[in-house]
Amino acid sequence: MIVTKELNSISGVKEVLVGMGTDLNKELTGNLNLMTPEIEELTPNDFYIAVDTEKEEVFEEVVSKVDELLSKKAESQTSDYQPATFDSAVDALPDANMVVISVPGEYAADEAKKALNKGIHVMLFSDNVPIEKEIELKKLAHEKGLLVMGPDCGTAIINGVPLCFANAVNKGDIGIVGASGTGIQEVSSIIGKLGSGITQAIGTGGRDLRAEVGGIMMIDGIRALQKDPNTEVIVLISKPPAKEIEEKVLNTLKESDKPAVVHFIGGDPEVAKAYGAYAGLTLEDTAYKAVALSRGEEVVDVVDFTRDKEELEKAAKEEATKFSQGQKYLRGLYSGGTLAYEALQILQEEGIDGYSNIPLKSEFKLEDVFKSKAHTVLDLGEDEFTVGKPHPMIDPSTRIDVILKEAKDPEVAVILLDFVIGYGANRDIVGEILPGIIKAREYAEKEGRHLTFVAFVCGTNEDPQNLEKCEVTLKENGVYVLPSNAQAVRFSEKLISSIK
Amino acid sequence: MSNINELFGKELKVINMGLDSFGDDLKEQNIKTVQMRWRPPAGGSKKMMSLLSKLK
Repeated sequence: MIVTKELNSISGVKEVLVGMGTDLNKELTGNLNLMTPEIEELTPNDFYIAVDTEKEEVFEEVVSKVDELLSKKAESQTSDYQPATFDSAVDALPDANMVVISVPGEYAADEAKKALNKGIHVMLFSDNVPIEKEIELKKLAHEKGLLVMGPDCGTAIINGVPLCFANAVNKGDIGIVGASGTGIQEVSSIIGKLGSGITQAIGTGGRDLRAEVGGIMMIDGIRALQKDPNTEVIVLISKPPAKEIEEKVLNTLKESDKPAVVHFIGGDPEVAKAYGAYAGLTLEDTAYKAVALSRGEEVVDVVDFTRDKEELEKAAKEEATKFSQGQKYLRGLYSGGTLAYEALQILQEEGIDGYSNIPLKSEFKLEDVFKSKAHTVLDLGEDEFTVGKPHPMIDPSTRIDVILKEAKDPEVAVILLDFVIGYGANRDIVGEILPGIIKAREYAEKEGRHLTFVAFVCGTNEDPQNLEKCEVTLKENGVYVLPSNAQAVRFSEKLISSIK
Repeated sequence: MSNINELFGKELKVINMGLDSFGDDLKEQNIKTVQMRWRPPAGGSKKMMSLLSKLK
């Protein structure tokens, strides 16, 4: 996948797929319209390269680049012993207490089961694990008192260690259990930015709170945080659960005196309050409330700009005067699914229904996800955008294409972007997307239009990319940078509503 | 005490099965990590896997 990313940047390459002749890879090749009878005949022992290009020499360039990248990879791998089976991995690290699994979904559950049977906790990053397997794994984990974070769990921080896509957040006394990866990233990062810290961030995978799964991992996670002497405040993050699960989860919170902030994204805040918990209104508000509780301060709603309010409102009005006749729409181009979902929620509260590939109402579902209309918010991490490519937090090429496409739409005024940094993410996501922003702006200017970019960076100064450095780079390049997703959406909305 | 609470007090030691980059990130933070050279069972052939599962 990482190799694919480097190859996609070769000029003249429209699509490229590199891999072994497995059924999955062949299916991906078919989806990219690159299937040939020769590829059809390949076996899992065959290595192949499929390129969509108009020039023969581009193909040759790809082949030599693959050679170079693979030999580089082989060199870097020779230093460490890499066991081929799970048993030999346990022999190599006998006191291993966590297995991170990101193998294809069809194999992942069996591997997770092996780990649980050895008494080892599991972070299951893989998706496409059947729900029956998830239930089986979680029941087994519950019996054994172990974690199964996932399937499809992108984020966790255990004992201060970020796993997969997660941020370097200071240690503190706030414990998080969440069914949403980027939701955990935004809340934990804001907690960190506010100078507080976390004990654990336990991911459950997005389906945990479905009636069939029963919230097994969320409930076990809550109980563990309740018993944890270092955790003083508990935070829950999820889309609204099935009703009976919601009741179970909220009742579990009442089993201890530790205060809790519950954010059921898009759900009714009164539900959590009825169980004596604090209701988080946005991911940012959830973080602020948790920090207030941790410090023994008064808990208030944070649903506005947290700094420079008047200046921002003035800036929005001034900026809006720069748009040309007909420029009126917002396009939110997200790499984080929950962040996109939250953007749609906040816009809706402001009276704007956004079209999307993950709409709040079915009538706002885009017929063609590659054709935005009116105000649109896209989750570019969804399958339709990632076939044969790494996630947009790693590979920004699809997002850059969409930015350039939106810039050509004469009705577009504002482009809103999330930059998710931290471990797992691209080490120079800002640097890689910036040329796309500059090109888009230049294109619009040539056409006599002004394009405004609004962004926020989800991460901390301790992350390898450094939050402050990312924010400064964006600001220096004329991007409005807000401190959170919620505020970036609100600022974008102010821009749009200021258009006369 | 549940095994989850026991884990909270311990040094994290990780077996990474799958994407190398997740293991590399951990090694960069000096976390004890074993990277597996994972290959699909039966070489990734669905037909062979189904045959093998019948043998078990």
